[in-house]
Amino acid sequence: MLVPNHSVRIRDLTLTFGAVTVLQNLNLDIHEGEFLVLLGSSGCGKSTLLNCIAGLLEPTDGQIFIKGRNVTWLEPSERGIGMVFQSYALYPQMTVRGNLSFGLRNARIPAAEIESRVARAARILQIEPLLDRKPGQLSGGQRQRVAIGRALVRDVDVFLFDEPLSNLDAKLRADLRVEIKRLHQNLDNTMIYVTHDQVEAMTLADRIAIMRSGKVMQLGTPDEIYNRPQSKYVADFIGSPSMNFLDGHYEQGMFRSGDLNISMQGYKLGAPQIADRPAILGIRPEHVATGALVSAAPIQGEVVVDLVEPMGSDTLVWAQVAGKPFRIRMDGQARVAPGDRIPVGLDPSKASLFDAKTEERL
Amino acid sequence: MADPASLNTLAAIDPVGDRTGAVGHMDGPRGRRPRRTVSRANIFLYGTLLVVSLYYLLPLWVMVMTSLKGMPEIRMGNIFSPPVEITFQPWVKAWAEACTGINCDGLSRGFWNSVRILVPSVVLSIAVASVNGYALANWKFKGSEVFFTILMIGAFIPYQVMIYPIVIVLRELGLFGSLWGLVLVHTIFGMPILTLLFRNYFASVPEELFKAARVDGAGFWRIFLQIMLPMSLPIFVVAIILQVTGIWNDFLFGVIYTRPENYPMTVQLNNIVNSVQGVKEYNVNMAATLLTGLVPLVVYFASGKLFVRGIAAGAVKG
Repeated sequence: MLVPNHSVRIRDLTLTFGAVTVLQNLNLDIHEGEFLVLLGSSGCGKSTLLNCIAGLLEPTDGQIFIKGRNVTWLEPSERGIGMVFQSYALYPQMTVRGNLSFGLRNARIPAAEIESRVARAARILQIEPLLDRKPGQLSGGQRQRVAIGRALVRDVDVFLFDEPLSNLDAKLRADLRVEIKRLHQNLDNTMIYVTHDQVEAMTLADRIAIMRSGKVMQLGTPDEIYNRPQSKYVADFIGSPSMNFLDGHYEQGMFRSGDLNISMQGYKLGAPQIADRPAILGIRPEHVATGALVSAAPIQGEVVVDLVEPMGSDTLVWAQVAGKPFRIRMDGQARVAPGDRIPVGLDPSKASLFDAKTEERL
Repeated sequence: MADPASLNTLAAIDPVGDRTGAVGHMDGPRGRRPRRTVSRANIFLYGTLLVVSLYYLLPLWVMVMTSLKGMPEIRMGNIFSPPVEITFQPWVKAWAEACTGINCDGLSRGFWNSVRILVPSVVLSIAVASVNGYALANWKFKGSEVFFTILMIGAFIPYQVMIYPIVIVLRELGLFGSLWGLVLVHTIFGMPILTLLFRNYFASVPEELFKAARVDGAGFWRIFLQIMLPMSLPIFVVAIILQVTGIWNDFLFGVIYTRPENYPMTVQLNNIVNSVQGVKEYNVNMAATLLTGLVPLVVYFASGKLFVRGIAAGAVKG
């Protein structure tokens, strides 16, 4: 029954520590060669899930398949996985070469084979000049490269990354992010990547699984997650600055909030007919049209500027809509000052509408 | 707004110079504040240090000086004065000739007994305790915390309570009176504190290192021998120092669990010093005591820095 192009399948995975449930009946299918990012705030269970896949934690219930093989009871080294840790976890007393070959030596692979695999990994990661150094003599970026190399030499089907870039400074993080993406393009392995950084998630992932309290809230491409969030939580979590939310009512194709009436014409409802109900309208700050674009927007209005945050590439403007703070992202070249009245435009097709009670997308 | 010319004029006004009266000049305090060498605080500090070190060094001085004097000179009573005529005879006698009971071969017999007790006890106790600590820190099993707690309680039970039961246990094992019986006792009594020491040290090693080794296919022993051991020199030094000094200085177990021919150095020292027959040979007693104390003394001097580092490392995380 297992479809062969599934690289990793997780069935009904549950993990409890005493009374605390960390993972709850979790199901996840990861395709061959896919880059899947597990994204969530701390404590959501994403690292725990990764540790379960690696075999470092025993699940309370459920099954894990890798390449169609049930690995639920197998040791980490028998699962065909390589893992990269946040703190690099390099063996301090071994040279880089020793670090790379430790797993291979344990598997009793012939010396010549070890030699060639280490050389290949070192070439791919450009760490050849470092092979005879100790980890203590390397910079953070170099260390993380060696850690990736340790997974690379194992010649495995699945790579697991546990927040690999969180210990690096911002510039290095951006560099290594690109390198990991390139590595994935060249190797075509399945990669599962845990992070709390939405930029990493959006840029790297083929699909993102957004997790919250041990459950997957939404699984989809970065485009789906960003443009069609299935719940208010996901909508709020993804995007920086985060989405604006207006509380109100959905009544016959209109969204009403106070004296504000917005026609939802153009918005794709999840069901053909939706009864009137309390609702929340979500609008991303970057989806508010300003300047010359306003005239093209289906809905137009005016707001008073409260506060301006210039960020160089763009400018964040705070205003009041329906009595609540409302963020608008403008072009960095726009010149606005507090107190200005500026015209704004909305496009309902880019907005998100949520049920006020269930917080799910309508 | 930030016109460089206007900034320059602002600096030229020099509000500090205004306050200190040195308008136009950047005079006044600069750099590190000078401190007086002879101040009340310094006199108090160094005075205290001097008195305390004298307090500790004087007995040692008296012992060394007395051990280098002949008996006639000692009878003159000037215990603080250096010897007029230096003699090493008391040291020779203490090492090779002093009598305890029927044996008259000095402390040397006790010294070698102590070495024969010390080496296996230290090796065995540290080997077992380091594996204990590693297992308790990294391979938690059901009940491992309970096991650890029970082991710790062992550290708080007074030795005296256990003396007689251990006599019986050793008798049943056929080890009573032998050197190996004493080795076993030392190994067991070192276990709680050494296990605690190693457990805390291994618990401070990042968990991800251990996880990485498991992904790399290393098992219990390989992780211990190839990953953990090479990282834990400081804590091994601490353990060795604790055990060497503790076991070397032990008197109670040595006198209870061994026969006279196996008595460790401390017990023999006591027998020499406390013998009631004949003249009290203070110089020989002093030399014998110094000889006995030499081993821990050398260990401390040789390993001071490592010891402190290891103790600090073992203290992290409870």
